[in-house]
Amino acid sequence: MSEHSPLAFEGAWALSPAPESSESAHIADHYGLFINGEFVDAEDGGRFDTLNPATESTLASVSHAGQADVHKAVQAARNAYDSVWSKMPSRERGKYLFRLARAIAERAREFAVIESMDGGKPIRESRDIDIPLASAHFFYHAGWADKLSYAVSGGTPRALGVAAQIIPWNFPLLMAAWKIAPALACGNTVVLKPAETTPLTALKLAELCQDIDLPPGVVNIVTGAGDTGAALAEVQGIDKLAFTGSTQVGKSLMRALAGRSVRYTLELGGKAANVVFDDAAIDQAVEGIVNGIFFNQGHVCCAGSRLLVQESIAEQLLERLQARMASLIVGDPLDKNTDVGAINSRNQLTRIEDYIDIGKTEGATLWDAGQTLPETGLFCRPTLLCDVAQSHRVVREEIFGPVLTVQTFRTFDEAHAKANNTRFGLSGGVWTDKGSKVFDMTRRMRAGVVWANTFNKFDPSAPFGGFHESGIGREGGLHGLRAYLSEARA
Amino acid sequence: MTEVTGTDQLWRDELTRQPAVDSVGVAERAARFQTRSIKNDSKRQGLLRVLSMIDLTTLEGADTPGKVRQLCTKARQLHQSLPGLPSVAAVCVYPSLVEVAKASLADTDIAIASVATAFPSGQAPLSVRLEDTRAAVAAGADEIDMVIARGAFLAGDYTRVFDEIVAIKQACGAAHLKVILETGELGSLDNVRRASWLAMRAGADFIKTSTGKVQPAATLAVTLVMLQAIGDFYRRTGKIIGMKPAGGISSAKLALHYLVMLQETLGPEWMNKHRFRFGASSLANDVLMQLARLHDGRYQSPQRFSRD
Repeated sequence: MSEHSPLAFEGAWALSPAPESSESAHIADHYGLFINGEFVDAEDGGRFDTLNPATESTLASVSHAGQADVHKAVQAARNAYDSVWSKMPSRERGKYLFRLARAIAERAREFAVIESMDGGKPIRESRDIDIPLASAHFFYHAGWADKLSYAVSGGTPRALGVAAQIIPWNFPLLMAAWKIAPALACGNTVVLKPAETTPLTALKLAELCQDIDLPPGVVNIVTGAGDTGAALAEVQGIDKLAFTGSTQVGKSLMRALAGRSVRYTLELGGKAANVVFDDAAIDQAVEGIVNGIFFNQGHVCCAGSRLLVQESIAEQLLERLQARMASLIVGDPLDKNTDVGAINSRNQLTRIEDYIDIGKTEGATLWDAGQTLPETGLFCRPTLLCDVAQSHRVVREEIFGPVLTVQTFRTFDEAHAKANNTRFGLSGGVWTDKGSKVFDMTRRMRAGVVWANTFNKFDPSAPFGGFHESGIGREGGLHGLRAYLSEARA
Repeated sequence: MTEVTGTDQLWRDELTRQPAVDSVGVAERAARFQTRSIKNDSKRQGLLRVLSMIDLTTLEGADTPGKVRQLCTKARQLHQSLPGLPSVAAVCVYPSLVEVAKASLADTDIAIASVATAFPSGQAPLSVRLEDTRAAVAAGADEIDMVIARGAFLAGDYTRVFDEIVAIKQACGAAHLKVILETGELGSLDNVRRASWLAMRAGADFIKTSTGKVQPAATLAVTLVMLQAIGDFYRRTGKIIGMKPAGGISSAKLALHYLVMLQETLGPEWMNKHRFRFGASSLANDVLMQLARLHDGRYQSPQRFSRD
């Protein structure tokens, strides 16, 4: 090589902005409540705005459902159940689900763009993960609709009736699909309440319900904040409540349900351990750690938010992890190259920043790669809290942001003791090149989902749910169907 | 590190201490680079950089002085109507044609690379391969692309593989040494990582995926594993080793994704022709076509680009 010639190029190669066009996103100025197949305003005229967290500008105003609206929605669901949905042959029900699956896939780009605008997640994720998975959930459950007798043993499966469903803001359309698809496949009708910061894709889904001629009242969507959710849990006439959200709200919903014959499933918080042994494929483990905690800005209930790394490789691993974190692009959610988008709301950003401060006060060593953040909007750098211990609050409590705590362990026994030393139990991860260690560790971890040599993989056929304060019941797969069925004896 | 030239067992111990490689995870990471969207100025800058990193290659039994001279003309003048193009990094030819290439490119910065060591199989006695190397260097090669003894590697005869690389390196003198692992014959990514380590320990200046004569040749996944091994070697020794994927990279778009991978894996320090090369014969024209489109706003006919 001609060392005397000047280098043709020096230094970093910067990627030009590659924004996804928002032209495909048709967002109305205002959305009403979707009750009995029509968009209607709230009885008291209440409205609230939904914002784009990347700019904090208003995207649309949305009706705020009160008790009367919730009651009306549940009545509509009851009527639809009694008069249409419960009488329809199951294979016909399945056809509606297939239509919804296809309709979502056909309008995937629009859904992805709106999801990223309303929620702040990178377009790469909404395009490649959220929207295709939402469609896949409808496809999967469409197939079950006329085969439910194979899902239960020794009885005739029956629908429960009206299902009330409350979903969070981290995967708005995907959570709607997780809730609506199995409920409808099993013959129930639903009243769904999306989160107040991310109502748009659920409302666009309501438009799809109209487009495919779903009978009115089978799917109802009531938008609002915590009070609307509480009203939905308290209203008479529901047969089932499915909730995904915080442990705190989950507990209050359980209280509201106490003594009533309402079945429920709760999918709550988490603080998953991601355990890396010294024989792990270290570069792939680093990638898994990054996917585990920085996917969707860490707004993931099953995020691998506690890194437990064997002390003998801790230094090597951290060096690689930091190098990888430095290559993460933080910024405009609609840019196709963005890895970490906007924090969903100002409240959540404050909460994350508070936890980072708590970590510092508790003695954690803070590290981030120092990416330049956009001047406006709600952003947080991927952050490590090193030198922490089980007794730290940042290790014990769910932060729900791009913040990873880093602890070391010495032995296998110490690893699973620390992994299980939490009030949560939603997910976990194990990284080792040794098969026997995978099986031993996954058997000991008290968590609903444990990934080995990978993380944050989802499939409609795989049940999902928690131990302890991470929730009750399972969603997805066969187990998820059973949560929407009663087994009447033939 | 201490110089290990001892037994195969010592080598086995050192090589099995290399980090394990999970092929599923590697494939996933490799796919992720391909989701990067490279537009406008970053595309132009990237394409120019790709051009400057190409080893323009002809390795056919039918190669003649005429063919090589024409290839060298192409290397000097990639495209007549695009201003500000860099030249390619090197031309790569068989040892018997080094002299021709050297004469054609005497007044340029373009290096002459030559595949020596009984390329592509390497199945000749060491003395022959050493002579092959010396002849290429004597004829004026600036860079030698050697193949390792894959059979010996797979048989666990690591000492032999190591010693041969050391000997070839010595025969290279001032010429730089690129060590071809022929990853398509190594069977696993774990072996790729180990062979990369062995080659770097033995004194390779570059490690290279393939001869181009065996399928699969270069892939993003294999290159990623080798880049990670280079990163390890740098962290351990402070020595910077270069990387050359070769064979099968014929589209500009794929080449840009290699650049993304390089930058995100090893950082900007590796983003130049002294540390990264593409071994390719048809890549340059696709890059030129894309550059012409960026320049003129429309695609031109492939016939407007010279094929030598």
